[in-house]
Amino acid sequence: MSLFQVFNISGSAVSAQGKRLNVVASNLANADSIAGPDGQSYKSRQVSFEAEPVPGGEVSAVRVTGVSESDAPARRVHEPHHPMADAEGYVTHSNVNVVDEMVNMISASRAYQNNVEVMNTARQLLSKTLQMGQ
Amino acid sequence: MDMLTARIDSHGKALELLSQRQKVLAGNIANADTPGFKARDFDFSAALAQARGEADGGAAVTSNRHLRSTTLTQTSGGTPRLQWRNAEQPALDGNTVDLDRERAAFADNALRYEATLRFINGNVKTMLSAITGQ
Repeated sequence: MSLFQVFNISGSAVSAQGKRLNVVASNLANADSIAGPDGQSYKSRQVSFEAEPVPGGEVSAVRVTGVSESDAPARRVHEPHHPMADAEGYVTHSNVNVVDEMVNMISASRAYQNNVEVMNTARQLLSKTLQMGQ
Repeated sequence: MDMLTARIDSHGKALELLSQRQKVLAGNIANADTPGFKARDFDFSAALAQARGEADGGAAVTSNRHLRSTTLTQTSGGTPRLQWRNAEQPALDGNTVDLDRERAAFADNALRYEATLRFINGNVKTMLSAITGQ
């Protein structure tokens, strides 16, 4: 019964988008983090997706292949009186782009909703199939 | 063929194909954000005609030395042969999923699935009332 596999496929997408939402939350939470004593500030993280074929067909679910750190330059702000300022008076902030992250969040949330709706439809169809002939 | 169940049988084949198409469309929606993913689908009416063993609409074969002009709509396993969607607005990352179109196709397919279920239920009720003779 192919409809049961819809739950695997959409479930994988919901899980992947949930992970993406988690990463967005982490990025937004650390948007204003400044560099610690080691001089390394928080690096914005991004998940990457990959299609993963489901058994017995050419249809694909989705899989998170990994979380990568952005190599965008860190935001440096001139604050000479800040306790964490370096010799030149600059404080290194994270390299999170808040606008990018908000767009990412909206996209992940919409994709999540789409897949939940797909699962709801499949559930309704299956329960109606179970009532067939009654 | 068995008069009692012949019609239910043919609707059953449609139901099987519809559930397979539902799975393919769920795979497309799940991979809406996967870079490089190509949206898939199959020709439902051709697959149904083949599943019912009807004429495939190709050129007539009047000699056994003629080549058949039919396009293969099924793989050897009996599952419909998947094709690739033509992207109207392909994304820069190579993804060809058009979410609006996929969602419309998914809703349409769900409706057809329910309609087929109702046809089957109607047939079962008709046959039952014929058997009970009331």
